[in-house]
Amino acid sequence: MDTMPKWADVILIPLINLILALLVSGLVVLYIGENPIEAIGILLDGAVGSTRGWGYTLFYATNFIFTGLAVSVAFHARLFNIGGEGQAAIGGLGVALVSLSVNWPHWTVALPFAILGGAVFGAAWAAIPAYLQARRGSHIVITTIMFNFIASALLVYLLVNVLKVPGSMAPETAAFPKGAHLPNAYEVLGWFGIPFNKFAPLNIAFLLAVICCFGVWALIWRTRLGYEIRAYGHSEAAAVYAGIRPFRITMIAMLISGALAGLMGINAVMGEAERLVIDSVQGAGFVGIAVALMGRSHPLGVFLAAILFGILTQGGIELEFEIPAVSREMILVIQALVILFTGALENMVRMPVEKLFLRLKKKAG
Amino acid sequence: MDFLTLLQILDSTLRLATPLLLACLAGLFSERSGIFDIGLEGKMLIAAFFSAAIAATTGSVWIGLMAGISASVVLALLHGLASITFRGDQLISGVAINFLAAGLTVLISEDWFQQGGRTPQLSGAARFNPITLPLTDTIGAIPVIGPIYTEVLSGHTILVYLALLAVPLTWYVLFRTRFGLRLRAVGENPGAVDTAGVSVTRLRYTAVIIAGILCGLAGAYLSTGFSAGFVKEMSAGRGFIALAALIFAKWRPWQALGATLLFGLLDALGTRYQNIDILGVNLPVQFMQALPYILTVIILAGFVGKAIPPRAGGEPYVKER
Repeated sequence: MDTMPKWADVILIPLINLILALLVSGLVVLYIGENPIEAIGILLDGAVGSTRGWGYTLFYATNFIFTGLAVSVAFHARLFNIGGEGQAAIGGLGVALVSLSVNWPHWTVALPFAILGGAVFGAAWAAIPAYLQARRGSHIVITTIMFNFIASALLVYLLVNVLKVPGSMAPETAAFPKGAHLPNAYEVLGWFGIPFNKFAPLNIAFLLAVICCFGVWALIWRTRLGYEIRAYGHSEAAAVYAGIRPFRITMIAMLISGALAGLMGINAVMGEAERLVIDSVQGAGFVGIAVALMGRSHPLGVFLAAILFGILTQGGIELEFEIPAVSREMILVIQALVILFTGALENMVRMPVEKLFLRLKKKAG
Repeated sequence: MDFLTLLQILDSTLRLATPLLLACLAGLFSERSGIFDIGLEGKMLIAAFFSAAIAATTGSVWIGLMAGISASVVLALLHGLASITFRGDQLISGVAINFLAAGLTVLISEDWFQQGGRTPQLSGAARFNPITLPLTDTIGAIPVIGPIYTEVLSGHTILVYLALLAVPLTWYVLFRTRFGLRLRAVGENPGAVDTAGVSVTRLRYTAVIIAGILCGLAGAYLSTGFSAGFVKEMSAGRGFIALAALIFAKWRPWQALGATLLFGLLDALGTRYQNIDILGVNLPVQFMQALPYILTVIILAGFVGKAIPPRAGGEPYVKER
């Protein structure tokens, strides 16, 4: 029997963890000599106070949905994919290669191929650590960390030596053809006559991210494969007894995970930069870990947590602009504290809360 | 490549290997006790910042070193609290510690110095200065051995020699003392150690604190010995290379020295040459930078000898009732 009602597990505990993380962050702001309440006000106003703010917040959130879903799917098979950063970078490469390959007539034609490119490249980058884990028992956390570094070196090499525009100094690819331009929020909402900020990078990839949320939910909770992934994650021994092959599940979970991380390139590379630049991921792969932990590896949770981190990222940049003493690294601290409280120190909150519910139950009974 | 160039490369190899070696030994203690530590990077970074910052404000590198070690130990204790006391996921805790250090160092340095995440340049007594080993004049006159002694071995800061000394010391502590035996045992079979009446919790906390001290030395070396001040993100993935070296060395101290020297050499070659021709194949600098990671993956894959981690690594110990 569960000691806690489900709502406490899904809502109460993440909420307490978040509040703890924000409280400690507030103390840091206080230490720097600024007013944390004022800081939160500026942060929220910068993130959600205007259509421009929303445009950036949801753009960042789109990145985090992809990387958060990537970490979540692997989590369900009890695999800690810390390589979202590298998979997203290589996925971005795939998106860029597809976008540059042909002079695309229209984005509706380009998008499916770019999705394929990003997903295949991201999945391929996850495939090697997955294979080594499944066949050779190499710890996936360490191999994916190593693959992040290898990816970054590979991309620098390709951008500096191969993909750079001849004669240009900047280590980036040529701009994508016009036909590969994804409509941004200004254009899409313009079709319906809704005004939106013209320069915010939010684009159609947000809808793709939402579709991916549904897809992952359906996969994990409504298909046989999803059941096998969850069963394997709960107990490898029981899964093997039930005829589930660990090799197959490890490979499939990691390939899906890598593909989702790779899709981030649709948003960041195709949707915003419209060319491949060095470090197109900018830490979003790691934010995905915090997002997945906070969202309890459930797509709805991931969606909400991604928006929260989108707010923190965009708000943090505005905050640095208004109060230079609070630099944008504040967001790293908040992110670290969220990971710490929801991930590593989870039992610190969970144990007392469980005890409290047990006591309440006894009283009621 | 002439003899002098070779000596210079070996000299910078030793410099570049030192932080890796210290961090690698830190990981060795922690992981041998069954606590995975991917937070080496963060502990190094925070130590680098605090030693440079305190050395800059007090003018004494030794007070700076103490501050750096303390900061690293605080993060180590946080890791211990999460992974030993609250039985949390050690990998997640390590990830959090890396982010925490990356954020806090910039945030605090901006607050203290307003120099874009840097500390002021250190000079004089505020940084570790090179030491000339004794008898350089006498030995230096001997051909071949002389230049090696004066150019490669002599003229480093005290932390370099301390790091080299830490290797036999670690070996002795781990393989020749009762504490070392228990430490290794707790990483393989904590239940057995507990049955023998030795506290698993205490042993693991000790190991984690030793790791904190060694990471503190590594970080302090980066900002007050190797460079003259802190720059944001200055650990630059060295904590992960140290982790790679640890696996490469299969969790053994002498091999750790070998692995970190090898990775130091790769780094030194990569810094010196933009491209290297080996047997007509042109190797770009990015390949040299990625080589430690590629080698680690190959080792992990078990194609060149199998790396078997301590058996109880990563698992929190729950005492039977």
